[in-house]
Amino acid sequence: MIHIFKIAFRNLFRYKRRTLLTGLLIILGMVMVIVFSGISNSFKGMMIGTITDSMMGHLQIHKKGYVSSIDNLPLHLNIAANGIAELRRILDDNDAVEAYSFRIKLGAMLSNFEQTTNIRLTAVYPDMERQTCPSLTDRIEGVTREAEHFVQPGELILPENLAQGLKLQNGDDVVVVATNKDGSVNAVGLKVAGIIEGLLGPSGRDGYMHIHDAKELLRITGDEINEIAIRLNNLDALKKAHKQLDLELQQFKNSQDKPAFELHTWAALSPFSSIATIVDLLIITVKIVLIAIVLISILNVMMMSVYERVSEIGTISAIGTLPSKILALFLAEGFSLGLISTIIGNVLGVTVLYVLNLLQLTVSFGRMKDILLVTSIAPVELLTITVIVLLITVVSSFQPALKASKMQPVEALRHV
Amino acid sequence: MALIKLEQVSKFYETGETRVEALKDVTLEIEKQHFVSFVGPSGSGKTTLLNLIGCLDKPSAGIVYVNAIRINDLATREAARFRGEHLGFIFQNFNLIPVLTVYENVEYPLIMVQNVASNQRRERIMHYLEAVGMLDQKDKYPGQISGGQKQRVAIARALVTNPKLVLADEPTANLDHASAFKVIGLMRQMQHDLKTTFVFSTHDPKIVKEAELVFTLEDGQMTNQESTNPPNSH
Repeated sequence: MIHIFKIAFRNLFRYKRRTLLTGLLIILGMVMVIVFSGISNSFKGMMIGTITDSMMGHLQIHKKGYVSSIDNLPLHLNIAANGIAELRRILDDNDAVEAYSFRIKLGAMLSNFEQTTNIRLTAVYPDMERQTCPSLTDRIEGVTREAEHFVQPGELILPENLAQGLKLQNGDDVVVVATNKDGSVNAVGLKVAGIIEGLLGPSGRDGYMHIHDAKELLRITGDEINEIAIRLNNLDALKKAHKQLDLELQQFKNSQDKPAFELHTWAALSPFSSIATIVDLLIITVKIVLIAIVLISILNVMMMSVYERVSEIGTISAIGTLPSKILALFLAEGFSLGLISTIIGNVLGVTVLYVLNLLQLTVSFGRMKDILLVTSIAPVELLTITVIVLLITVVSSFQPALKASKMQPVEALRHV
Repeated sequence: MALIKLEQVSKFYETGETRVEALKDVTLEIEKQHFVSFVGPSGSGKTTLLNLIGCLDKPSAGIVYVNAIRINDLATREAARFRGEHLGFIFQNFNLIPVLTVYENVEYPLIMVQNVASNQRRERIMHYLEAVGMLDQKDKYPGQISGGQKQRVAIARALVTNPKLVLADEPTANLDHASAFKVIGLMRQMQHDLKTTFVFSTHDPKIVKEAELVFTLEDGQMTNQESTNPPNSH
């Protein structure tokens, strides 16, 4: 086998210019795929991280039917105290769950005493919320105390678009008015304690208040929530954890003997999951382009190689080289070209990603401004691209190699 | 049994409606350790006859025996094995592999055809390179040596596998007069020293004189068989 590769390597360098051009084409394709995958995967991962770590968590539990009317933020689909206790037990016993946060989501009216507007609010226990969404406080300006206490009773974290519109700043007094589930209206006075930047998605423009204030506002006496956000130890195990938790939740039935709760992944609730899918499709498209480049260039160079060496093939066949070895000689030639190009392509691609990181490029997405682009590519992704390219080189070399191995020596020797 | 035996061998090619008879009812026998020449003008069937004996082509009719094996019916793979085990080839255009050095060209059939172990290869290669006078050129590539030297390397390559029969198609056609005689002299010497049978084709009457047995072909037919030198006269 070593001798086959030795001959293959020497034959590659026999046609230096052609080998160089073909190799460059493959290298360029490899670099394109690595850079595109590196940037887009990093962007996707960063967006998913921001959405899950600062807003949604990885999974969410609601009472059955809540999500279908989530835009109305209904209060009649709250989870009562006994349900909370059962869910707490299940979540505490699950090793995949790192943290969870109880929430009451509500729609209200916000007044600065001059103007009134609508506001969506998420009422939380700040310590639970901080553990479940550790990056949430990174989005809040003006909070100086410990992150675990980012919102206290009597305080409101205001979304930046409303703060700008109502010209509100930290320390300003506001009134929040809401209708409870019985239809009666109540109000509480709160102080603006921070301004939170907006994010893409259904909760991306929510304000935050302490859950005690929400209970007072909504005249809730016992334990009552309408959302549980869950953070997993490992986001990569999302599917498995979702399946396992979903099975456990099936045991709870409502009065109609149907499941009492519903469990959703962040992707099912966030519109960004569609964008993530599009990004994945774009990466696949670029890979297909690379495959086409490799396929056509290797096929072309190997066909040329066979046609130019017909007489040589006749000679080695005449002196007794078996067809299988002639096949191996040409396959090794295509494979060697692919291997050299792939190694150089990998090195160059990773170098380009490194240089991009040194340049500290930033991107904006929706209301998220100046996000630092930290590009990276997983070793497994590099390995996948490499294996694909090498497989394609072998596949595209096969037809010319087979043609060479099937040549009749007497005809090949006649070739000039 | 003779090393080579042909019984009423014919070969014709059909191109559309045209039928070309390259060989017609050729019958011959060649014993071992002979230095044999096929002579005749271009198109007389010399190369076709060598191709049939060399298991590179199949006859349209008749039977070809080489080393007591009926080679008509060998499949592609078996034919390749047969050539690798029993035959050596020398070509008009030398046909060395350009990316391999002189040494590696001689080594090629030992590695790729006969799978000879590396410790045995070197000794054999050096022996044959010395025998053909190319030992000092062993690290050069074919592009760096002359035509006569290339043909000497080709002779070493043909002999290194210890074949019973070496077939040479116009081995001196692309050489000047002096080189041609050196190459034929070398082939004759090798035939004498190694007791290998050499069969070569030529249309050069001066070269023909070197053969012990001469078969003359005209228009695909064997017209004459003549012994010019007794076997092993050297």
